[in-house]
Amino acid sequence: MPEKKPVLMQGNEACAEGAISAGVRFYAGYPITPSTEVAEHMARRLPELGGVFIQMEDEIAGMAAIIGASIGGKRAITATSGPGFSLKQENIGYAIMAEIPCVIVNVQRMGPSTGVPTAPSQGDVMQARWGTHGDHPIIAFSPASVYETYYLTIAAVNLSQKLRQPVIMLLDEVIGHMREKVLIPDTGKLMVEKSSDNVPADWKPYDEKGLTPLVPFGFGHYYHVTGLFHDQYGFPSGDPEVVKRALDRLHDKLEKYRDEIVLTNYVGHKEPRVAFVTYGCSVRSARAVVKKAYWQNRWPVGLLSLQTVWPFPGREVEALARQADVIIVPELNRGQLVREVERYSRGQAEVVPVNRYDGEMITPDQLMEVLGRWLP
Amino acid sequence: MAAIEQLTQDFLRTKKLPHIWCPGCGNGIVTAAMVRAFKRAGFEQRDIVIVSGIGCSSRAAGYLNFNTLHTTHGRALSFATGLKMARPELHVFVIMGDGDCSAIGGNHFIHTARRNIDLNAVIVNNHIYGMTGGQHSPLTPSGKKATTAPLGTLERSFDLLELARGAGATFGARGTAAQPRQLEQLMVRGAKHKGFSVIEALSPCPISYGRRNKLGGPVEMLLDIKNKSVPVERASEMSSEELEGKNVTGLIYAYDAPEFSEEYYRMIEQFKDK
Ligand code: SF4
Repeated sequence: MPEKKPVLMQGNEACAEGAISAGVRFYAGYPITPSTEVAEHMARRLPELGGVFIQMEDEIAGMAAIIGASIGGKRAITATSGPGFSLKQENIGYAIMAEIPCVIVNVQRMGPSTGVPTAPSQGDVMQARWGTHGDHPIIAFSPASVYETYYLTIAAVNLSQKLRQPVIMLLDEVIGHMREKVLIPDTGKLMVEKSSDNVPADWKPYDEKGLTPLVPFGFGHYYHVTGLFHDQYGFPSGDPEVVKRALDRLHDKLEKYRDEIVLTNYVGHKEPRVAFVTYGCSVRSARAVVKKAYWQNRWPVGLLSLQTVWPFPGREVEALARQADVIIVPELNRGQLVREVERYSRGQAEVVPVNRYDGEMITPDQLMEVLGRWLP
Repeated sequence: MAAIEQLTQDFLRTKKLPHIWCPGCGNGIVTAAMVRAFKRAGFEQRDIVIVSGIGCSSRAAGYLNFNTLHTTHGRALSFATGLKMARPELHVFVIMGDGDCSAIGGNHFIHTARRNIDLNAVIVNNHIYGMTGGQHSPLTPSGKKATTAPLGTLERSFDLLELARGAGATFGARGTAAQPRQLEQLMVRGAKHKGFSVIEALSPCPISYGRRNKLGGPVEMLLDIKNKSVPVERASEMSSEELEGKNVTGLIYAYDAPEFSEEYYRMIEQFKDK
């Protein structure tokens, strides 16, 4: 392990630094609260590293530019927040369809619309899943600390390269603006091998046999890239068989590498009666409760935190539901991911949403009160 | 093999032909002029990238044997900007239609011009949204009919090259599908120009535009385009009344200004060996 040094860092900065550690050398985006620090940090750091920072004319162009850069062989990232995330959706769909690696950071703020730009929210969970049109697969991570932001961004970049699939970093205003200690590896070689090395002679850009690296433009492989349904060589096709195979392939890719994609973390009692399932900043309040209820009072309480929200960790939730009587799902919205929790609990546990959507965090006291309905 | 056949072999994906365009469409003429211009500009095939938007003319990317990127509607220039900044050594050509470039892509168009990034935009202007069946675009002349302007459009069209000039483009030229040799020459000059070059190619769409406006078939439309075009040298001696309804063709403007990708990489030189 490379040596680690502790650094005090803001969540948005950790996101930018994580990307840099994973080899990102291209940023394009548009300023928006509360994500702007990611851009500002990149604007300082990337030129020093020989990379490119460009502020584009709008959110849509920012998304388009990172796709273009990625096709050119640069690891690329953009950051935005609610309104900008809405604008980026069409080109996110393009990157999914054309299988262009890229990472999109959405520091969630209170919506809908302009909402409360500086207030935290977890209102874009379903948008992260279904924001772009069509029946597409998606990966989204939601870190609960600055430390997790750093490491999940690295994972996001590397996974996106490996699977040639856009990955969404779903931060929230709390995580984005909070300062915490992060251990940064000194000489981190944290990026996976460059995906375009050792290209076989019979390389096809969309090989049906499985994962195939993206060979950047300009190396003599004259392939076509399009948002239309396409064959293995990238050429448009409306043939029902080709279309179905292509869409299945996009989904199968994520299913096949599920174990690398779906990251969760359980803390607390081994056989919990009541368990929290949550993600992002709400994990912090739930963890405070578990600390008190389990580590101090030894109540049968646990917490399953979801670093990956999409694809949804259904198996993990299902296993938990078999064990626990009650699953509490705190979220800073009117109840979004709770529906997935219900779906995978299959009636085996009572699923209780706890929601807040006034622009404030869910407090540990609030959760303690809910917990009090069943325990001690 | 004759030179032209060799060119077809090398630069076209012949297996993808025949193309999807209607008989009499000008897109093929413009695409052929581009292919010849690539050859004459002397670029390496592997260094050429074609980016296109959405619309009839943007389908050209699929027939050209290079690295080709068929993007989303209106956004081709933004994809191209990212690519060019990542790989400044590549020669990036961007094919767009008039609606693609000037309506949904208008913002990207003016800002690409402002940056003066070394991209070569070829805008196939057929005055209409062809692929969706003939809706009016910002370049449909006032009074002309479209499915969404059955009584004739009330909107004023604008001059794309003047828009680009105002926004900072350093090269602007207009050619036509009726004069493919001149178009080819303009494309060569645009390709060699360092900075954002804009080439507007007037092109007939007999199916979605010509029919509804009773402009005749492909031949009549080509003749009409030819007759309405006035070389820029002659236009300077004509009054604005005389130029009414005419299209000025040729190299309209070209001047030097700092090019964005070069300037960027020069700026970050200071961090080398640090
Ligand atoms: S609709 Fe018009 S522009 Fe489109 S292919 Fe047909 S003739 Fe060409």
